[in-house]
Amino acid sequence: MTIELSDRVRAVPPSGIRRFFEIAEERDDVISLGVGEPDFSTPWAARDAAITSLEQGKTSYTANRGKRELRESIADYVADRFDLGYNPGEEIIVTAGASEAVDLAFRAFVDPGDTVAIAQPSYISYEPGVIFAGGEVLPVPTRKEDEFRLTVEGLEAAGAADADVLVVCYPNNPTGAIMREADLEPIAEFAREHDLTVFSDEIYAELTYEGEHTSIATLEGMRERTIVFNGFSKAHAMTGLRLGYALGPADAIGAMNKIHQYTMLSAPTTAQHAAIEALDSCENDVREMVDQYDRRRQFVLSRFREIGLDVFEAKGAFYCFPEVPDGFTAEEFAEGVLREQGVAVVPGDVFGDGGEGHLRISYATGLEDLREALARIEAFVADHG
Amino acid sequence: MSEREVLELLRENARYSAADIARMTDLDDGEVEAAIEELEAAGVVRGYQAVVDWDKLEDERVRAEVELNVTLDRETGYDDIAERLARFPQVKALRLVSGDYDFDMEVEGDSIREVSQFISEKVAPVPEITQTVTHYVMTSYKENGIELGDGEDDDRLSVSP
Ligand SMILES: Cc1ncc(COP(=O)(O)O)c(C=O)c1O
Repeated sequence: MTIELSDRVRAVPPSGIRRFFEIAEERDDVISLGVGEPDFSTPWAARDAAITSLEQGKTSYTANRGKRELRESIADYVADRFDLGYNPGEEIIVTAGASEAVDLAFRAFVDPGDTVAIAQPSYISYEPGVIFAGGEVLPVPTRKEDEFRLTVEGLEAAGAADADVLVVCYPNNPTGAIMREADLEPIAEFAREHDLTVFSDEIYAELTYEGEHTSIATLEGMRERTIVFNGFSKAHAMTGLRLGYALGPADAIGAMNKIHQYTMLSAPTTAQHAAIEALDSCENDVREMVDQYDRRRQFVLSRFREIGLDVFEAKGAFYCFPEVPDGFTAEEFAEGVLREQGVAVVPGDVFGDGGEGHLRISYATGLEDLREALARIEAFVADHG
Repeated sequence: MSEREVLELLRENARYSAADIARMTDLDDGEVEAAIEELEAAGVVRGYQAVVDWDKLEDERVRAEVELNVTLDRETGYDDIAERLARFPQVKALRLVSGDYDFDMEVEGDSIREVSQFISEKVAPVPEITQTVTHYVMTSYKENGIELGDGEDDDRLSVSP
């Protein structure tokens, strides 16, 4: 007997990065620029808080929405850093990573047949999330000419006026693009005009290297139609602790909590203790890591220019998105440089429309390794010039 | 404060080329070179050395941290004693410190015998030195801000979303 899979699961193809992961795992001399997580360890104070909570035996479930103390810290933090005003009682939910928050939102707000417009290239989990929820994906490509920012023309061309939900992620994985307030205004207007709910994944908000991050939820009339996702994985280097959160109007967060309380019950307790400490006392650690990423970013961008690959000025997250030279597809280049030079990068097309012809390069790797990896990429380009 | 930035990068890795540093800062190659020259000329940057994990080498290398107590008289100050001690090539570092003793001295040699001999024959006889306490280094875990040993285990997946 074989177990019959659901149509929804069968509708989702295997992840495009899986294949590269498998090739990379075959050899042990690989320098990986394919990693979407910090190379720093969680700040000590946060780790220590987690350890202490364990020593004290604090290992029971917490409130479904997360520890009150943590929600209060989150409310203070987002108000302080991003001008976002949410009350810890009803407008914040703590989840097992931003990933869970994204999934909850799709399940809470997408009905079968609903259309979810996704600005692409995008983080690879949105599309499957929509399909698991029974919705339909409408890709909205962004282009290098627009610095990979979402535009109203792009939304109109894709037919997003008829969509129900719009997913945006700035600073962006994989392009490193950011959107400033002036860029977001027309998008907000479009969303209001066509009554779109906006999911704004702001997990890389702290990793904004020029100017300050603006959340679309702070724009006029947007708070009531936006769910903001954030978490501790990137800026606080806490990926494995699995902790994120969503901000939104009380009804919306309540709906997400309904699913969360039956599926997850509550986010990991140990991680919540770490997160409280991370927000309360690790600001300097975050600044320090952001400084390091910024140095690496400048290094990598300038090296790509020297190598002669077109690369746009990524200003956020820890990725940059160079173009492959003529005569290669992104996948051919990525596979070639991995097999011949032992450098793992991810081809841009796995991130959806607009990503073909590009590579996602992560600089969440020490400078020494970046230096060597870029020298190898340079050699690969020279060999095939 | 670009000088400060250049310094930080040099301290992180003195082998970064001017071009590397320029790539990481807002400066161009020429400005980085000029900043480094200036830092060297002003005596801020005093030299460049490798950070060595001697335990990884076959050759024995013996190091000791030595506490020194001194008594000063009208003619001799700390600087005079320091100057005399610092001349010895065996002395790798010498610092005047606060606390229970006066000088903190790092000594290196090829054998315990050599180091002990140096301390008993060259250091202890200095008239102002009243006491020496020698601590041989058994294992070094961190040098110049760099962790030694086999640390660097990056167990992240090589490709991840
Ligand atoms: C844009 C984006 N959103 C969400 C996530 C997942 O974050 P978390 O670890 O909080 O689930 C990632 C991780 O790569 C990401 O890049």
